[in-house]
Amino acid sequence: MARSIVQEFTKGLWDEVPPFRLVLGLCPVLAVTKTVENGIGMGIATTFVLVCSNVLVSSLRKVIPPKVRIACYIVIIATFVTVVELVMQAFAYPLFLKLGIFIPLIVVNCVVLGRSEAFASKNGVLRSLLDGLGIGIGFTLSLAALAAVRELLGTGSLTIWKDWDLVFNTFGPSYQPFTFMVEAPGAFVALGLMLCLMNLVGNK
Amino acid sequence: MREMIKMIIVMTILATLSGGLLAAIRDNTQERIENQVLEFVKGPAIRSILKEATNDPIVDRFQLKVDDVEHTFFVGVFEGEPRAVTFETSGKGYGGDVGLMVGIDVTNNQIVGVGVTTHAETPGMGAKAQTDPSFVAQFRELPLDQPVNVTTDGGNINAISGATITSRAVTSATNDALKIFEKAKPQLTEKLQEFK
Repeated sequence: MARSIVQEFTKGLWDEVPPFRLVLGLCPVLAVTKTVENGIGMGIATTFVLVCSNVLVSSLRKVIPPKVRIACYIVIIATFVTVVELVMQAFAYPLFLKLGIFIPLIVVNCVVLGRSEAFASKNGVLRSLLDGLGIGIGFTLSLAALAAVRELLGTGSLTIWKDWDLVFNTFGPSYQPFTFMVEAPGAFVALGLMLCLMNLVGNK
Repeated sequence: MREMIKMIIVMTILATLSGGLLAAIRDNTQERIENQVLEFVKGPAIRSILKEATNDPIVDRFQLKVDDVEHTFFVGVFEGEPRAVTFETSGKGYGGDVGLMVGIDVTNNQIVGVGVTTHAETPGMGAKAQTDPSFVAQFRELPLDQPVNVTTDGGNINAISGATITSRAVTSATNDALKIFEKAKPQLTEKLQEFK
């Protein structure tokens, strides 16, 4: 079942899109998707960590002793997560305040460790890079999609990126917000409905 | 045996490289992060206290040691005169420390205003200390020579209803600030001349 190089990239966008197909990394998916902006920010941070750690794990795959591989992966991943945390604090502090604890928690995101263990440790650098990029973009889009549904129903507006004035009051001021959707239980419901929809479309 | 040595070597090299990289990035971003924290955490309080200042108080700041504790003072320039300083103190609130920015007018010897920076108080109750401007407005133009207290303690600050502990945290932080100011006044007035 060898895939072409292009397929390594595109599989992350639909066939293996993390939250909906692999059902991995759900903690940030549920926690930060209150606004589209948060979802995109979290997605970009995770993508960066995924790509960097995939490339490094893949290029070191012959050096890392199998018995301590998980520890090595964690060191690599934690390093990149700290890089993201510092850079985000320096250049996007308001976003850092909103994502808060979930940035350091990327270290234990199953998607990142899962790709290192299941893919990068067995494949070449280029393939791992594309795999990380594909999965990362798929993850970002899923977060954005889920956040769009929740924010739209929960507040009646869409916040794509505040600094660029991409805030839309889609439903206007007369909309009665369905606040349940932006609370924690709403995240589960929205995720369940999205999964349901994905399966419905995928099975045809 | 060889395998074990290899494990140790690989892990050590990885951890060393990781540490080195992070230290380098930290060194290069530290100053920016400090500025961002000032801007977004303390900035709103400072700016609301020194609304009419003609300078940028976050840029015009200096550090001074008072009783071996380093405090950062932000300078407010009014009509060309560096007349006010704000600095942060904290009081014990209901959910932890309440950080308070206190602004003091050096020439008229009165409080310019106060503003809550960080807190973990109950939303809708103690958190009003930060969000409700009418509470902190009571501190405006109070004299420096007498301690500030809530009405239940014999003072004349009306506590936020249902949040006496938070209100006390704010008054005690203010009183701390007055004490610090009293001690630092000679050095402060000297330092302020630099901002003319």
